[in-house]
Formats: sequence, C-alpha cells, structure tokens
Amino acid sequence: MSTENTLEHKITKADFEGKQEYTITVYAENRIGLLNRIAIIFSKRKINIESLNTSPSEIDGIHRFNIVIQEGYEVVRKLARQIEKQIEVLKVYFNTNDEIIWQELALYKVSTDEIAEKVTVERLLRQYGASAVVIRKDYTVFAVTGHREETDALVKALEPYELIEFVRSARVAIIKDSAGFHEKLKEFEAFEPGEELVENEFLEKGEKIFTM
Amino acid sequence: METAQETIQQTEAKAGTSKTFKGTGSQVLLNGLIEEGVTTIFGYPGGAIMPIYDALYDYADKLEHILVRHEQGGIHAAQGFARASGEVGVVFATSGPGATNLVTGLADAQIDSTPLVCITGQVFAHLLGTDAFQETDVINITTPVTKWNYQVTDAKEIQEVLAKAFYIAKSGRPGPVLIDITKNAQIQLEEFPEYVKCNHIRSYRPKPKVRVEYIEQAAALINSAKKPFILFGQGVILGKAEQEFKAFIEKTGIPAAWTIMGESAIPTSHPLNVGMLGMHGNYGPNVLTNEADVLIAIGMRFDDRVTGRLDKYAKQARVVHLDIDPAEIDKNVKAEVGVWGDCKETLPLLTNLVNENKHEDWLAKFKEYNQQEIDQVITPELYPTGDEMTMGEVLRNINEICGGDAVIVTDVGQHQMVACRYANFNNTRSNITSGGLGTMGFGLPAAIGAKYGAPDKTVIAIIGDGGFQMTPQELGTIMQFGAAVKILILNNRFLGMVRQWQQLFHDKRYSFVNITSPDFVALAKSYYIEASKVDERANLRQALETMINHEGSYLLEVMVGRENNVFPMVPQGMSVSEIRLK
Repeated sequence: MSTENTLEHKITKADFEGKQEYTITVYAENRIGLLNRIAIIFSKRKINIESLNTSPSEIDGIHRFNIVIQEGYEVVRKLARQIEKQIEVLKVYFNTNDEIIWQELALYKVSTDEIAEKVTVERLLRQYGASAVVIRKDYTVFAVTGHREETDALVKALEPYELIEFVRSARVAIIKDSAGFHEKLKEFEAFEPGEELVENEFLEKGEKIFTM
Repeated sequence: METAQETIQQTEAKAGTSKTFKGTGSQVLLNGLIEEGVTTIFGYPGGAIMPIYDALYDYADKLEHILVRHEQGGIHAAQGFARASGEVGVVFATSGPGATNLVTGLADAQIDSTPLVCITGQVFAHLLGTDAFQETDVINITTPVTKWNYQVTDAKEIQEVLAKAFYIAKSGRPGPVLIDITKNAQIQLEEFPEYVKCNHIRSYRPKPKVRVEYIEQAAALINSAKKPFILFGQGVILGKAEQEFKAFIEKTGIPAAWTIMGESAIPTSHPLNVGMLGMHGNYGPNVLTNEADVLIAIGMRFDDRVTGRLDKYAKQARVVHLDIDPAEIDKNVKAEVGVWGDCKETLPLLTNLVNENKHEDWLAKFKEYNQQEIDQVITPELYPTGDEMTMGEVLRNINEICGGDAVIVTDVGQHQMVACRYANFNNTRSNITSGGLGTMGFGLPAAIGAKYGAPDKTVIAIIGDGGFQMTPQELGTIMQFGAAVKILILNNRFLGMVRQWQQLFHDKRYSFVNITSPDFVALAKSYYIEASKVDERANLRQALETMINHEGSYLLEVMVGRENNVFPMVPQGMSVSEIRLK
C-alpha cells in the first residue's frame, strides 16, 4: 500500500457504533465564497459543525480547512464526497482522533490580584502548562494549547477564581501519516488524471466481498 | 462606449489575424459566447445588464436572442434547449429580481444535471453591499443550486471565467453555472487577449481514468448472474453513450428499465426495454427489482421515487453501479462493485468482458407481469370504454400520429406520469421533463427551448391545467418569436396528482385541489396562437391531427376524466414489490 492510502481513514468497528468525532481535512483553492459552499453541505443536512478552521497550507495558494463534526461513518463519508465534488476543492480526507495530531488554543483572562494572592491559582496554571501572554495590574491573560479536555479542565479549575473571560480556537489537525500535499498537487496539475488520483476504495472493498 | 460600426470592425479584426481585441467587457463576453459555439440566448434585460444588451444589439447576425416573458421562463427554455440539443443552454437576466427568478430553474437544472451558463447583471462593484437598487446577493442565493458560480468585478476576468463556466457546465456530470457580472466590468474598456477555451482545472476532475479492475469485477458479477436487471438513467444520454448502451444490453440480453430521466435513451420498442421504474413505473420492473440477483445501475442515482422504501429495496441483489459522479456511488444503495467513470468509456470495456446471453426465462417473467399490467391497467387506460376521455388514450393517439418521432416535453403531475408511461420514443433526447425537482410550470417554456434545440422535430408540450397556469406568460414568447410548439393541455379541472393522493391517503379530503381555469382557447387566441378544445372522444383524433399538422404553434385543450388516477403506484413508504395495480 502506498503512503497515499494511509491518509485515508481506516474503517474499524467503532465507525458503525453510533456517532463519534471526525476531523475532515479539505485542501482547496483560496477562493471567495468557497467557505459558504462547504458550510451549506453540512447545513443542508442539518449537521452542526463543532469546529472549523481555515488557514493556508504548505503550498502557496492552497487553503486547508479543518472541520470537526460528531457523526456516524456513513454520513461523514457521504459528506466528504459531496465536499470533494465542489469545483474548487482538491481533496478531502476524514479521520478519527487516533489518526491525527490536533491542538486547540485557549486564552484565559483572570484577575491579577487573584493570582497574586492565591498560590493555588499559580499552581493550577503550572499544572496545565499555561503561559502568560499579557500581565497587567488588573488582569493576566494565559494561553493553553492542548486537547479539548485539557483546556476545558482549566476552565473548571479557574471558575472559583474570577475567570473574567475565556475563548478557545478551532481545532487544527495534521494527519499522522501525511506526507504533505506537494506530491498530490502535481497529479492534480497534470492534464490526464493519474492512477493515483483514483482512490482504491471500491477496489479494496470489492476484494473483500467479491473474488473472481 | 463604442459605436456599432467600431464594434463590427473590431469583431472582424478579431476574426482575422489580430490576436487581441480592444473593447468592452460586454463585447468580449459576447465574443466568448460565439467562440463557445452559442447561437441562441434566452433572456430578459434590465438595468444592471444593460451594457451587455447594448453590445448584443450589434450581434444580431451571430446570436439569436429570445426575449422571454419572465426569467423563470428563460431558464426553463434554456433547459429545454440543452436537453433537446445536448448543447449548453444560455440565459441572460438582470440583477435582483431578474436573478432571483432564475433560482427555480437552477435548482431544476442542478438536480437533473442540465448544462447551463447563466449570465446575470449586478450593480456596480463599488455599490456591492450597500443595498443598492436591484442588488441581491446572487452568488450566495445560487450557491446550493449551481455546480459553480462566480462574481466578476473586473472585465479582465471575463474570458477566463466564461471559458471555465462552459467547461464546468458540460464536462463530467453536467450542471448549471452562473456568472454574475458587475455593471462596471460590463462597460470597462480593455485590450483583451485571444479567447482560449478551458480544458483543465486543477481542482476539478470531470471524470477519472477508468480502472480496468472495476470493469473486470463488474463483468464477473454480471456473468455469474442468473437474473440480472439493468436500471438506466439520464447518464446514458448525458454521456452520449446510447449506442454503447445498446451494444451492452444486446450482448448480455439483460432486461433494462429506465428512470424517467433516462427514457428515450433506447427506443421504446426495443425488445429488452422492459419499461419504467419507480412510483408510477411498470409492474414487472418494480416487482422484479426485488427478485433480481444482480442489479446493474447505469447513470442513475436511486432517487426515492425510484426505490420506494429503501430498506426493502433489492436487498437480495448484488449491485453494480456505473456513474461519473463518485458521490452517487454508495449514496442511497450500496454497490458491491462501483464503476466510477464516463459510461461512454466504461460500457464498451464492460461489453468486451461480458458473456453473450439471452436470459429468456427471466425476460419471460417481465412479459408475464407486463401482461397483467396490460389487462388490468394499460388497456383500460389506452382504450377506455367509459364516456370520459383518459390521458392515456390521448397519448395513444399521439403515438399513432407521430410514430414515436416527436419530442415530448411535459410539465409535472398526472399527465407527466401518463406521458412518460405511454409515449413512444424512437430517438434519444425526446423525453424532456422535470424529473428531480418536479417543477410545475416547466413544460411550456422548456418546450419553447426544445424547439430551438431540435428545430426539425415536432415538439409537443403536454401540460396539465394547473401547471399551465404557472407559466402561461410564455405564450407571448411564442407569439413574438414563432416557436412552433404544439401545446396540449390535459384538463381534468383538478390538481390531479395531489387530488389522487388526497383520495388514496387522506380520506378524499380534497383540500385546495379544485382549480378553475380560464378559457385556454381564448387565451391562446389573444396571443394570436391557433387553438381549439375537445370534450368528446369522437373529435379527439381529428383535433390532434390538426394540432400536429398545423404549421405554427397550436394549443389544444382536451377535457379528460376528472378523477382518473395514475396506476400502477408504489405508495410512499412502501416497497417497490408492494406496487398497486389499482
């Protein structure tokens, strides 16, 4: 199996046991209106987007979307195909959490007096790996990077100590086995679609079910 | 702005040796349309598209513009044109209401994969977002109902965007494309390079390279089948693969049934054509779907009107699905072998690998069911003994007069199902109907477009009394431009299909289906269109012959039975094998 295929989600039993978190990675042209075109694919089916991040990729001009949803495998697979069908979308991957490395950034604004007075707060911050971004007389802003549970846990811990404001970014994720998009893009830029562009999905499934 | 004389000189210069063209965005747009082979435009002018119409004034010898009476009529006409001709339909509309009036047609074209390029005018770029007069966010309104759309704010973008639009509209799985052009870009004066057609977009793969492994697996499965059954849709027509399809079924001897969008891909009389699928389809194809051991779906998408209840649909069958759109494979019905590709390429490869066969016993089963349907449904419908005329007997007479060579355009409702069930077709692209969206009001304008798309054919628009009243204004288009469309109104003085459902599933509570009509004959005559009305069988044949043989357009109203139902029927939520004959 080529490295290309390891980017694809490996189907396991868990895929068919109700909903779970999937991260959809979309490589697309950087074009006005494309975000709407992608978003309505979800809203048309009344599916909530839990988290959405759009950013440049390693290739100039190609944007990357990370979309997190809670759904079953079948739904996600169909969504991915519908997204990939859009003219300006190059490629869509979807993966479960074990197949990706992801982070979210959270900012916490707390009263500086509270921190200064109460040692426990300082300990909490150290324990959660927070870093101080701004320290003022009236408040201090801490940043934590991590998984949802980690940033959530600090919110809970800070609640008794005057958490003035809290914000968390969307998820950014990298597929563990990804070798980047440079090679893939060459295939897209070729006039004749190459063999590699045709995913092996049907074929592999077919081998399992039907042999000649 | 350029004068007309200068424009002509520039156009001539372009046709000569000069590689560049100096002119306005509007002119370069029209030049681009000509480069793409466009001859006919359906449209309606307005403030924000006036520069394009001003330029069009000088292109009368190259571009025929049909002034419709409503933008919805314009886009349905373009759909009819595209469906009849296999070319891209082109529509012009202005900003705001002009553009929003296109939305129904876009949705229809999107779901029925009809290639269109729509050009809408937009307010000046500096006014975008100011709620300017006739400003609407057309790009966002049309995003879910277009294959692609783009807003042009600079004339320098026009050529590239137009080339992409045509490429996207007609390649792969076709669909509607909309280009919104701000007024400043339309009047912008530039020196433009030579027009270059588009044949590659890096983020868009219209079709894959066919993988032989899929074909081999499909062929093995088909060769192993004892009771194989082919379901074909419009993909065969869109792929211009009618001959390849015919060769495939004739070698394998497999019975083939069509979705209403696929009808006419092979002649009605073909011995392996076993009829129509779905809710009002034929008895055998529906029942035997649940007995077949291998289903071979070709260019169809297992719409719910075709499958009935999905969890009781062909559960015993192993499915081969050929489609150009990978999102359709495994969408509604799981395919054991998905053959992703253009059926123009995949079918010949498959035909090479499949065994010759006859499947006589299996085909005989279709004939048995067909005989039951003939006895219980078809004969009473085509040869009624009661006083009231049936829609079916009107269709039988049309078949007898036209011999299956007419292009039949239908609206939506009972008459549509009857027309699809009973009309005979010898030629592809002869059945034009609103399949996926079910758009009442489609028939009349689509028939106008179909006449421009197939000028040598007899084009008959079959429309109900309800649907006709949704877009009757297009009689004005016929009056002015003379499209020789035969308009046949089958009047049962009800919104018949809804009434049928109310009768069968809502205890005959006829809630707002009792629709009255104007004097259609007088209405047609007010547009200077010849017209007549038939209310008894004795005059039917003669009236139909008069209509069809009339030189220009003609409207014939036929009064049919008020409470006739279309059968067979797969009631909603039931399995295809639970199809009712009455």
